[in-house]
Amino acid sequence: MYPAYMEESKHKVEVTREKRLKETFPRITDEEKTPLLQQYHPDFIEEGMRELLAGPNKGDRTPNEMAELLEGNSRVDPDKVDLDKIDYDVDVLIIGCGGAGASAALLAQENGANVLLATKLRLGDANTVGAQAGTQAADRPNDSLTIHYLDTIGGGRFTNVPELVESLVKDAPSVIKWLEELGVCWDKNPDGTMHELSGGGASRLRLHSCRDYTGLEEMRVLRDEVKNRQIDYLEFSPAIELIMDNKGQIAGAILVNLETNELSLVRAKAVVMATGGMGRLHIQGFPTTNHYGATADGLVLAYRAGAELIFIDTMQYHPTGAAYPVQILGQLVTEKVRTLGAQLVNIDGDQFIMPLEPRDVVASAIIRECQGRHKGIETPTGEVGVWLDSPMIDIIRGEGTVARELPAMVRQFSRFNIDIAKEPMLVYPTLHYQNGGIKIDTDGATTVPGLFAAGEVEGGVHGKNRLIGNSTLDIFVFGRRAGRAAAQYANKVKLGSPTLDHVRRWQRELEQAGIAKLRPISPKLLPDYARQPYDYLTGYTREKLTIGQVKLA
Amino acid sequence: MAEQVQMIDIYIMGKHYQVPEGLTILTALEYCGYRMIRGCGCRAGFCGACATVYNFKNDPQLRYDLACQKTVEQDMYLTQIPFFPAAKALYNLEELKPDGEQVLALYPDLEKCFGCNTCTKTCPQDLEVMWFMSDALRGDIREVANKSFDCVMCGLCAARCPQGLVPYNYALLCRRLYGHYLAPASKHLEDRIAEIEAGKFDAEIEELKRMDESELRRRYAQREIEPAY
Ligand SMILES: Cc1cc2nc3c(=O)[nH]c(=O)nc-3n(C[C@H](O)[C@H](O)[C@H](O)COP(=O)(O)OP(=O)(O)OC[C@H]3O[C@@H](n4cnc5c(N)ncnc54)[C@H](O)[C@@H]3O)c2cc1C
Ligand code: FES
Repeated sequence: MYPAYMEESKHKVEVTREKRLKETFPRITDEEKTPLLQQYHPDFIEEGMRELLAGPNKGDRTPNEMAELLEGNSRVDPDKVDLDKIDYDVDVLIIGCGGAGASAALLAQENGANVLLATKLRLGDANTVGAQAGTQAADRPNDSLTIHYLDTIGGGRFTNVPELVESLVKDAPSVIKWLEELGVCWDKNPDGTMHELSGGGASRLRLHSCRDYTGLEEMRVLRDEVKNRQIDYLEFSPAIELIMDNKGQIAGAILVNLETNELSLVRAKAVVMATGGMGRLHIQGFPTTNHYGATADGLVLAYRAGAELIFIDTMQYHPTGAAYPVQILGQLVTEKVRTLGAQLVNIDGDQFIMPLEPRDVVASAIIRECQGRHKGIETPTGEVGVWLDSPMIDIIRGEGTVARELPAMVRQFSRFNIDIAKEPMLVYPTLHYQNGGIKIDTDGATTVPGLFAAGEVEGGVHGKNRLIGNSTLDIFVFGRRAGRAAAQYANKVKLGSPTLDHVRRWQRELEQAGIAKLRPISPKLLPDYARQPYDYLTGYTREKLTIGQVKLA
Repeated sequence: MAEQVQMIDIYIMGKHYQVPEGLTILTALEYCGYRMIRGCGCRAGFCGACATVYNFKNDPQLRYDLACQKTVEQDMYLTQIPFFPAAKALYNLEELKPDGEQVLALYPDLEKCFGCNTCTKTCPQDLEVMWFMSDALRGDIREVANKSFDCVMCGLCAARCPQGLVPYNYALLCRRLYGHYLAPASKHLEDRIAEIEAGKFDAEIEELKRMDESELRRRYAQREIEPAY
């Protein structure tokens, strides 16, 4: 149910719907795109970023929140850790269990490695589980790897690493098949053809989905398989530092038990970093779609061990986060809603952007509509948003489509008495994805020997902007590649003696740059949402404040 | 448009707190100073980490929901139950048969279901848990997959089952059986994989990889767009 004062604008959406059903908003031209992004995309806000003062990417720009953590102080004192007391001794350690980590674990084991999987929360508590819309693979007769390649690289503003895009599109069909053989139930037509949808920036219908629970389905199957194969795993045990050897190779990691603070030491011949993204850093104050543990830990650990990062100046803001009701502020309204036919509409009921442009373009257009042209709709808590006209879907595709294709969205909004088959949703961009990350090659190998990376934590595959459905593809393509390559590497490498000298060197570098005392401890591990007792002393509720994602006026 | 925030009374593990109305159970806990470790995952209704049990000051009947999705109400009594391990069969999917006997062989306890419907009443996703349990008993794998599809595996059905059954794991087995054995085969997928293995796209991709940016931009702008519907 929307507050009474919003009904007026909602009514305009209903009135203009018939006209809009026949209307196709023109695609944006190259000439219009650049100024739109430069003026409205958060990546282009000067004050939002700064240069790094230390580490392999010194001089590169990255969001302030990320820079603070990348330049953070270690959680461990190298002099107090006894590296001879090893708790786990394995060939391959996988850090993080989302889709990338689980795939890497399966493939590393298949390639003969003794594997340990350590993760921060439960197995599968990850961004992967929240993916709704689907996974891309060019497997229809009118599609081809070349078209997928071109879509991906154009969406990425022509900055993607060509070899990585090649791996992505080439492995895609076999990834879909691999998942099906593991028991993933893809949406299919009765004749067995995949029921595929289009997505922003994709020029073919290429999105494979499982209702709007695609990532959940992928994750629960992989998690089950990890258990069936009896791969050892540790939950609530994040990595807080990597261990190296005296030859500059990766030699393991230090884990902490989140509840008891007990440290454990893992000796590993190879490590696969699969820790996902950074949404919980709330860059520029944006709410986020990301899970609780998305705090950029893997970037921090790899950076400290000397790994180069790439494209860390670009974040993805998903165009459609929920702007109302406040309980689900910033949570994802899947792109599939637009894929199925819903248009974006301002306070007057007019369209202002073709709904299936790449994400950076659509997000910027929504910000322009609200902040630049003042044509957004304000909510009772002071948020602002535009309408996403979901009732168009059943009109275009037949009664019942919304219920069948979007059960998660229907369920989420019906809790607040909003029937998305009949009423539009109010949306605004939300922090969604880390486009860049640790630099890898086609095997997931980073610039540090023995350190591999896969999934959202790595960068280069998507250039400066990822397309829908290419990340849940990336995690399986590069999760599998990294798992396999790590097992092969572990088979050959000879470890020297373990050391934390890289941490000592890092701390010295921070001291020399004069920033050690100014920076926080990192990795962050979890966001600070618990209100502190001293807050009770202030007139807390009268001020604008942030608790978790919920802003209170 | 900012409105005055109303405060409401809730009780966490028996202790009284006042919180602004409009918070979810999860954000209310955080507002009261709890830092979540367990019981918090996606924060968006997809992972099932935050299964929660509550009742009201003057109404002892237990209710169930996801803490990240449910809004707090006046006089709620809240507690969090951490996710706990449940019986799971170990199997090699490749060696199974997609039928009821197979499901019973791996999970013989299934037969103990006496249809009390507690699971259905407990499910925060409003799934027809008891019905898919009976579909499983009848060996209708397809229907189990269909009815259980939106399961976030929060574990509440297992926590409440008087017979100690684990509906969410039986459903997971059935969905995997369906996906692997029963879903109709996708010929176009097989064909494409064969084409890739035969190197059909290699030359074109090599050309694209070496192409300069202006030519790539030109090709990108000219590409034909398949209508979305
Ligand atoms: C709501 C939502 C919807 C999305 N929809 C789509 C979609 O439709 N299609 C698409 O292609 N992409 C989508 N994406 C993006 C995509 O889902 C993710 O980018 C992708 O799943 C990331 O997978 P991952 O395995 O790299 O990381 P994750 O799945 O995030 O897994 C990372 C794991 O590492 C753990 N971890 C973190 N730090 C540490 C540490 N220090 N030590 C140990 N473990 C740690 C985390 O707890 C987590 O388990 C969506 C993302 C979100 C959030
Ligand atoms: S935290 Fe994932 S369902 Fe609530």
